[in-house]
Amino acid sequence: MLWLLLFLVTAIHAELCHPDAENAFKVRLSIRTALGDKAYVWDTDEEYLFRAMVAFSMRKVPNRETTEISHVLLCNVTQRVSFWFVVTDPSKNHTLPAAEVQSAIRMNRNRINSAFFLDDHTLEFLKIPSTLAPPPDASVPVWIIVFGVIFCIVVVAIALLVLSGIRQRRRNNKGPLGVEDAEDKCENIITIENGIPCDPLDTKGGLINDGFLTEDERLTPL
Amino acid sequence: MAQASGMDPLVDMEDERPKWDNKLQYLLSCIGFAVGLGNIWRFPYLCQTYGGGAFLIPYFIALVFEGIPLFYIELAIGQRLRRGSIGVWRTISPYLGGLGLGCFSVSFLISLYYNTVLLWVLWFFLNSFQYPLPWSTCPLDLNRTGFVQECQSSGTVSYFWYRQTLNITPDINNTGTIQWKLFLCLVACWATVYLCIIRGIESTGKAIYFTALFPYVVLTIFLVRGLTLPGATEGLTYLFTPNMKFLQNPRVWLDAATQIFFSLSLAFGGHIAFASYNPPRNNCEKDAVTIALVNSMTSVYASITIFSIMGFKATNDYWRCLDRNILSLTNEFDFPELSISRDEYPEVLMYLNATQADRLAQLPLKTCHLEDFLDKSASGPGLAFIVFTEAVLHMPGASVWSVLFFGMLFTLGLSSMFGNMESVITPLFDMGILPRSIPKEGMTGMVCLVCFLSAICFTLQSGSYWLEIFDSFAASLNLIIFAFLEVVGVIYVYGMKRNIFPQERRSSTQAGCRSPVYSCPSCPHCGSHQLLWLIYCTSTDRGGRIHIRKVV
Repeated sequence: MLWLLLFLVTAIHAELCHPDAENAFKVRLSIRTALGDKAYVWDTDEEYLFRAMVAFSMRKVPNRETTEISHVLLCNVTQRVSFWFVVTDPSKNHTLPAAEVQSAIRMNRNRINSAFFLDDHTLEFLKIPSTLAPPPDASVPVWIIVFGVIFCIVVVAIALLVLSGIRQRRRNNKGPLGVEDAEDKCENIITIENGIPCDPLDTKGGLINDGFLTEDERLTPL
Repeated sequence: MAQASGMDPLVDMEDERPKWDNKLQYLLSCIGFAVGLGNIWRFPYLCQTYGGGAFLIPYFIALVFEGIPLFYIELAIGQRLRRGSIGVWRTISPYLGGLGLGCFSVSFLISLYYNTVLLWVLWFFLNSFQYPLPWSTCPLDLNRTGFVQECQSSGTVSYFWYRQTLNITPDINNTGTIQWKLFLCLVACWATVYLCIIRGIESTGKAIYFTALFPYVVLTIFLVRGLTLPGATEGLTYLFTPNMKFLQNPRVWLDAATQIFFSLSLAFGGHIAFASYNPPRNNCEKDAVTIALVNSMTSVYASITIFSIMGFKATNDYWRCLDRNILSLTNEFDFPELSISRDEYPEVLMYLNATQADRLAQLPLKTCHLEDFLDKSASGPGLAFIVFTEAVLHMPGASVWSVLFFGMLFTLGLSSMFGNMESVITPLFDMGILPRSIPKEGMTGMVCLVCFLSAICFTLQSGSYWLEIFDSFAASLNLIIFAFLEVVGVIYVYGMKRNIFPQERRSSTQAGCRSPVYSCPSCPHCGSHQLLWLIYCTSTDRGGRIHIRKVV
């Protein structure tokens, strides 16, 4: 009797879950690609966890809160690691519609991935597209910041060069005038102080003769 | 007449004309002008296309017989006559003034589009300061279920270049709108150029220390990095192995001559302008040989770096091709993960072909050969903005390499821009177009402003098509004609004067600068317009020497 029941159960199981069955999905895992040396072996316990995660996801769907782990059927597990699964209703006669299963998996994809230390790429549900995370968006694009820095430096440098050029030109214009003033002074001094030689070209930066200093003090500045 | 009028400005120029602070600045400026983007993205492509190491033979022959003599002419006349391009040719003959004007105009046009390439480089440089690099992934589509369709079909790097950077229109008739990102970069580029040439060679001479030497530092860093990458040696051996049968193709010789010509930036007037600030007794013969050799060595050095990185990229692509095939097989036949290595792949494929050929036929398997990936070559902007950016993505520390690479390209282009702008500004100063009361900063500012306003058209969506037009028509044929006329001008016109006024005093040869050209009155080849024949002709000693003598 027991054998008959077992036989019936497996028969129903095979009927509902087989490759390309109605409402069945293929899952493919790439554990060694993702984890390398730390890869775990895929055994029946891992399958149990998977069924639990799928049941958990289905429970989040309204009207499906009574989904049990036994309602999730796995079949055709290969060495790749890939297998097919279906979710049955409580009567275990029909499978749940693919659309419901799909939306449930999509909602909880993150939880399922992290239970197995995998990501969207290494735990693939064929025919269930994953919602891709948007790239982290900075409020101000980075290139504008760098551009602003470089541009400010260039503008400041241009302004400095232009201003220093203007200042240089003004100094050059004043330079010859200074020489003329000193020459006038010299002529006046010569007329006042008979024959005292005048050294008007202060621009020479030459020696200061102390002997003249006292003379200069007596002279009134012009 | 021209010679007589040349006397007074010569004396004035002695006092007023700016001078290089030291010889190194002058050499670096000429080297910076000659070494440009073409050394990086044109020479390696030619080497690769024309039989690897075998291309070096026509290249060096062209250097000796075409490049160095023409370069020497330019430096010699610039240094001796101490004026920009227009003044120099007017001094030689009033009828040759148009030649100078032509060089001036071509330099102006080239400045416009050369700086546009620099603005693209600047855009990539600015975008390299983030991780992951923006051209590593496609943007998501509206549902966030996948990537944008256009990006998936073209590839992430091409999408970033053609859509996110240029936003290119289907053809040149649709001009589209101005891309504001490129416009901002254009402003920054022209501001940088203005900053560096604001006082002529005073400011250029300071900036050139950095812009001329930085590329060599970066090339060395890339060389070391490139040689340590996997696949570099395969790239180098494949691309440098000489294939002598290419030398029988006349196209190779023509391309070598063209490459030398444009690589040394001849007939722009820039070298004339730079040399005109030299002391008259400078040894320009040694300078010419030095600069030309440095330029060629830089090309070879850069191509070693580029080939090692291209070898790495080809190896990477080959491995990814194999891995994709292996994954298809693994998924289809449910083999255990990572059970087929790259070496085992051919045997597994054969086995499956024998046993399950029908299932195998449905798989999208591509044939992967390393040589196919190595043969994929690119030149010009395609090399820098598409091929190299993709190679950089796979190197660890991608952002750093990207910043270094585009920084190097920017400084390379900037130092060439100095030469271009100098060949525009020096004649304007010499001709005294603007009154002397306007300071030099104002003059350079106005030139930069005019160039900037003219270059706005390249920031349109169809800008890159316009750039291709400028590149094809503004430069190539015009410069060759100008160089031909330069040679004719110096040999025949200058030489002709010697015959016309034989009673003129002949001064002794200037200690520094001897003319490289020899008179060639009966050259049978000179009737044709082939520049190469003329250079061959001038290189042989057929008669007495012409000295560039002191003007009366």
